[in-house]
Amino acid sequence: MSQFAINLIFVGGSFLLYIAIAVWAKAGSTSDFYVAGGGVHPVTNGMAIGADWMSAASFISMAGLIAAGGYANSTFLMGWTGGYVLLAMLLAPYLRKFGKFTVPEFIGDRYYSPNARLIAVVCLIVASVTYVIGQMAGAGVAFSRFLEVEATNGLMIAAVVVFIYAVLGGMKGITYTQVAQYCVLIVAYTIPAVFISLQLTGNPIPMFGMFSTHAESGLPLLEKLNQVVTDLGFREYTADVDNKLNMVLFTLSLMIGTAGLPHVIIRFFTVPKVSDARWSGGWALVFIALLYLTAPAVASMARLNLMTTIYPEGTQAQPIEYEARPAWIATWEETGLITYEDKNNDGRIQLYNDANADFAGTAADRGWAGNELSVNNDILVLANPEIANLPGWVIGLIAAGGLAAALSTAAGLLLAISSAVSHDLIKGRLNPNISDKGELLAARISMAVAIVVATWLGANPPGFAAQVVALAFGIAAASLFPALMMGIFSKRVNNIGASLGMLSGLLFTLVYIFVYKGWFFIPGTNNLPDTAEYWLLGISPLSIGAVGALVNFAVAFGVSKVTAEPPVEIQELVESVRYPRGAGGAQDH
Amino acid sequence: MSGHSYDAENYWKANLRLIFGSLIIWALVSYGFAILLRPMLAGIPVGGTDLGFWFAQQGSILVFMVLIFFYAWRMNKIDEKFGVHEE
Repeated sequence: MSQFAINLIFVGGSFLLYIAIAVWAKAGSTSDFYVAGGGVHPVTNGMAIGADWMSAASFISMAGLIAAGGYANSTFLMGWTGGYVLLAMLLAPYLRKFGKFTVPEFIGDRYYSPNARLIAVVCLIVASVTYVIGQMAGAGVAFSRFLEVEATNGLMIAAVVVFIYAVLGGMKGITYTQVAQYCVLIVAYTIPAVFISLQLTGNPIPMFGMFSTHAESGLPLLEKLNQVVTDLGFREYTADVDNKLNMVLFTLSLMIGTAGLPHVIIRFFTVPKVSDARWSGGWALVFIALLYLTAPAVASMARLNLMTTIYPEGTQAQPIEYEARPAWIATWEETGLITYEDKNNDGRIQLYNDANADFAGTAADRGWAGNELSVNNDILVLANPEIANLPGWVIGLIAAGGLAAALSTAAGLLLAISSAVSHDLIKGRLNPNISDKGELLAARISMAVAIVVATWLGANPPGFAAQVVALAFGIAAASLFPALMMGIFSKRVNNIGASLGMLSGLLFTLVYIFVYKGWFFIPGTNNLPDTAEYWLLGISPLSIGAVGALVNFAVAFGVSKVTAEPPVEIQELVESVRYPRGAGGAQDH
Repeated sequence: MSGHSYDAENYWKANLRLIFGSLIIWALVSYGFAILLRPMLAGIPVGGTDLGFWFAQQGSILVFMVLIFFYAWRMNKIDEKFGVHEE
């Protein structure tokens, strides 16, 4: 059977499973559509949060970035898990006690201001749409590979599938399909990693294999990897970074952003009790950690395997001939995500760091005229089983897993966007008398619009999937998280303070990002090149969200101090969310 | 909650203390051991690299998990002690 047929069976089979579950649990009322009736067990909910959370960025893109950046990109690992500590301690239990549907609803009530709610809707939409761009980019890569089509066509197919999928079911459908998706994605991620860890180190557990001995050379795996990459002019894999400020801010931005992202927060509204909201955070992190502890092993092993594929006789010997390249390189070339150019016309593939001036002499001595193979970071995880010569069914499995990750997160985000538009903007502001049916229609139209915008921008994304998603986290970190946290932990912050805080955090962060990444992410419209020497104090646009959050806090406290304190009933509301007693189910007004 | 205002106040203080303590550990393992203090831990070898690298790619995640479960367990106890747990 051809690989194409195997991929179709795995991807098609997993889709049938999700659709069957979605139809079985089809959303009835509007309340079902948003929060699944509040009756989901913490472990189930933790698994659904895991699927919601682990997107194309975590599954497809992250290990590729760690493979390319080594230690410096550990930020993704810490940032995307450490945020759960903040979420479980600073937000989830209190928002659950508050017991409403959406994040803007809390902000509107706590800051007794329809304008604050409106600003929260805008922040939510900007962060979520940016996030969906990353998902579309990742899903596009996965579809283009497994359908063996060009990357742009893969993106279009992804858009259609995501749309059908997200519109089909509401939250209830999504909660149980997401449990299924979690299972598919974690199995798909772990199995190839176990195989590869066994091949390279003899240790079946990747998180331990990574720190054990490379069977072939007898050296510790990471030492072997350091040796191979430095031989080719790259930085040591485990090398420390010089710019620690940027590394700290980037990690912080991802952590705060995790706690400020609406599609994750609304998951905590679906547990029966406040104490369950705390446990849910822990369970979510357990399920997420299964992937996140494996990802760094996948990254280091894939990097090593890639290098040994190109230099089978060792880095001091000649690289392979282009004609003798493995089949996976040829298939990925069709998608345009791997490109080869024979710069020195020797028919071989030279893969090395041609940007390293210290290495230029060695390269010249070896007759190399520049790096000849460019490999898109986002393909590494998907190509990983092929690089390691694993059987065809593993490749089919990973395609299904990657799509599960992208689809589940895109659906969760689209739900957050559509509920913000239909529930907070239209029902809460423009037309309070809208019927249930009208509200659902508005929700679906806003999903469609979000997908079109994200697909259009996803064709030329402002970075690799995980980097685009990191931008979304920065935006959420700078806008929503401070308003939510101050709403619970301070009785003094008032409507004007919170509104101006959110606006200044959002604008500050967006402007900084757009200056380097292009206005509204349109390629070519950036004012400054996006390289370290142009960044303010060496702070990358991916890290600026942490600074934006500080701006938000400072403005909110400053303005609140010189304006009237919140009315007594609001202070009582803040008091009441702090104590679990008396929490009912999530309710509509 | 006005009827239990004294208890409520101490309940909130106990919660804040617990959060504060947990977040110190949270920051220490990630921003501390894994990033800023990594050069100081460079002498402690772990499988071909150093302890700071291990904290950056494994250790911090493990500690985060323990922290959340510890907080949930402690906090549910505190809820009961102050009588603010759900019926």
